[in-house]
Amino acid sequence: MAYVAHDESDYVPPAEVEEVELYHPKTFIGKYIWSQDAKVIAIQYSITAIAVGLVALVLSGIMRLQLGYPNTFSFITPGTYLQFVTMHGMIMVIYLLTALFLGGFGNYLIPLMVGARDMVFPYVNMVSYWVYLFAVLLLMASFFVPGGPTGSGWTLYPPQAILEGTPGASWGIILMLVSLAFFIVGFTMGGLNYVVTVLQARTRGMTMMRLPLTVWGIFMATILALLAFPALFVSCIMMTLDSLLGTSFFMPAIVSMGQQLDYGGGSPILFQHLFWFFGHPEVYIVALPAFGMVSDLISVHARKNIFGYRMMVWAILAIGALSLVVWAHHMYVSGMNPYFGFFFAITTLVIAIPTAIKVYNWVLTLWRGNIHLTVPMLFAIGFVFTFINGGLTGLFLGNVTVDLPLSDTMFVVAHFHMVMAVAPIMVVFGAIYHWYPKITGRMLNDTLGKFHFWATFLGSYAIYYPMHYLGFLGVPRRYYAMGNTDFLPESAHSLNAGITIVALIVGAIQVVFLYNLVWSYFKGKPSGGNPWGATTLEWQTPDTPPKHGNFGPTLPVVYRWAYDYSVPGVDEDFIPQNQPPGEKTRGLEET
Amino acid sequence: MTIALVVAAAIVAIIVGWLLRQTLNTKPWIEQQHPIENVRAESAWSLPPVKVGLGVFLAVATSLFALFISAYFMRRMGADWNTLADPMVLWWDTALLCLGSIYFQRARTAAQRGQIDGVKVGLLAGGAFTFAFLAGQLWAWQQLNASGFYLATNPASDFFYLLTALHGLHLLGGLWVWGRTTAKVWRGFEVADVRLSVELCTVYWHFLLVVWLILFGLLLST
Repeated sequence: MAYVAHDESDYVPPAEVEEVELYHPKTFIGKYIWSQDAKVIAIQYSITAIAVGLVALVLSGIMRLQLGYPNTFSFITPGTYLQFVTMHGMIMVIYLLTALFLGGFGNYLIPLMVGARDMVFPYVNMVSYWVYLFAVLLLMASFFVPGGPTGSGWTLYPPQAILEGTPGASWGIILMLVSLAFFIVGFTMGGLNYVVTVLQARTRGMTMMRLPLTVWGIFMATILALLAFPALFVSCIMMTLDSLLGTSFFMPAIVSMGQQLDYGGGSPILFQHLFWFFGHPEVYIVALPAFGMVSDLISVHARKNIFGYRMMVWAILAIGALSLVVWAHHMYVSGMNPYFGFFFAITTLVIAIPTAIKVYNWVLTLWRGNIHLTVPMLFAIGFVFTFINGGLTGLFLGNVTVDLPLSDTMFVVAHFHMVMAVAPIMVVFGAIYHWYPKITGRMLNDTLGKFHFWATFLGSYAIYYPMHYLGFLGVPRRYYAMGNTDFLPESAHSLNAGITIVALIVGAIQVVFLYNLVWSYFKGKPSGGNPWGATTLEWQTPDTPPKHGNFGPTLPVVYRWAYDYSVPGVDEDFIPQNQPPGEKTRGLEET
Repeated sequence: MTIALVVAAAIVAIIVGWLLRQTLNTKPWIEQQHPIENVRAESAWSLPPVKVGLGVFLAVATSLFALFISAYFMRRMGADWNTLADPMVLWWDTALLCLGSIYFQRARTAAQRGQIDGVKVGLLAGGAFTFAFLAGQLWAWQQLNASGFYLATNPASDFFYLLTALHGLHLLGGLWVWGRTTAKVWRGFEVADVRLSVELCTVYWHFLLVVWLILFGLLLST
């Protein structure tokens, strides 16, 4: 036991961080509906996102039914199939993942982790959620309008997106575009809060380099989103004008169904540039929070400090910056200048370097750690596996010559589902299992959790590994049915049927997770304030779940970074960030 | 897209440069290296959150306008692009917006000196010139309409309407905050209570003036 005397540098100056004036609701509605408390807003965001995500999950099940058993289900027509593809993609990417990571986890964790009482602009934060909800309702309304939702594919490429013949070309596409515009407005309100709270509302002693990586991930993702979402906004506005008022921003001269339309001169490629200027950073808008959270999960559950913290922060910054200059790798087949292709291939492959640094650091954090195979840890390790697999196929597709034959095949679908769907969802699940005790005061059921993990993890591989093979065979994406296609062996059809069966099983098993969420809320084992023995501030609150204002009468003071686990010479295997140095500290530093 | 890229790169460079000047190079795991400091005492942190919030919002707006301008350049390469005869009233509008910005600056200076009368005059004149600018923009639309350029006539006129409308909407948003601040001044609030609002309005007006000058230059050049 080596307690170390500390020098003057540990002195905490008496000045306090300014107290914020909190809004104190008095009614039930003020507290839980029109709430300005970031934690309540986080729950609202999360429930809405998960609910709309379940709709998208059901849509994917219907798509799989069609792909596995074509000509069997009369209610799935080519039109409805394309509508389901489109809605599934857009909902999952924007309305579930972006909203859940930033609106859900961002709202809950940022104030707690930086030691703030709330977000800096609580009212704007509240409006952000309601605008998001409005955007979701608009999108859902498109299922009930004449023609149904748009079936243009989640990329909404013109000219087909707004031409007669594409499902939902009248109402559906407009609702989609307007809903996206509202989503972006709502997100910008939330995003301002996340960034400014991290910059301005950190408690005493919480320097930027003492922030947990979760906060770093969400912070950088928010900056990316604030810069990239305007591109989607611009394309939404211009396409709405093309569709409603007959402008020709994106629409070329075109003959549709035998008729020369009034459009002329517009550039569909312009839309693609704008869309992917948003679309590729979007991958990292989802991935960076996942990177951050998984770093914390691995560190906590391996009882070891994160390996290479500084490098992890720098990698997040590098990935964020690089992600803005890779967008055209989604457009290799659009007929671009080969030199551009070369440039974008290089930037795409360069981004693998900071990403690989992160992967190595996760693995090195696990190396000789005191690994607890808790459910959050299982999901975290599942993420690392899946992300490596998905990332490696990304190296294939980043090369122009490999991408050309694989473009628009099931290989691409398999790739991005591994890297952008399964991997982040692993983190979402891991994070929910990890932070649920703080949010509710109760543990999620462990047995159900482990069953949920193994079924989801193995099931995802059973779905997406074979899908790469289908892509190699040349099975195109977005096709309603392949019919009697010569180049496809019978085994490809059987494989498709097999994938469908597994997908439906994995989809159904998610009910276990939902059941666990509800059951544990009432009957789960009480968790106490810090069940995992974690160092970060959200686990040091006087109340669990934390009350409005988070930290009781005084804000915590931070004395150390977020990763003091298994420090030699200290009784417990973790030292909370707000633990003053005089009480317990490291034995090695005196030397 | 080069313009959007350059702007995004500049914004990212500012963010990363700023972060580098923070403690990004320290080793947080070495406890003693870092005396605990009151983070609010560092110069960067003494800014009020709402000021930083405006800065972040201006970055978003810059990204938005840069993307529209990128789209403008890409679309301009189309063969169907007709050069517009820009209405003369745009020159007057530009002068009005400049005056608006000048008066906001005067209000800001007065607020810093604690002169409530100067704040009142500056805010009123700044707001009035802005309304006059918006009216002038509507007149410019009228003139374009009269010369046969409607929305959807030609990509040049499409962009004209779109860019001016977008800029005008940003000004309207600013006028909402201006209205609240002006009302406060008239209800007898102290200068200290409105100083920050006046300052933020001024920064926002200067920003929108710069945006307008760029847009105007763009519209004139094509």
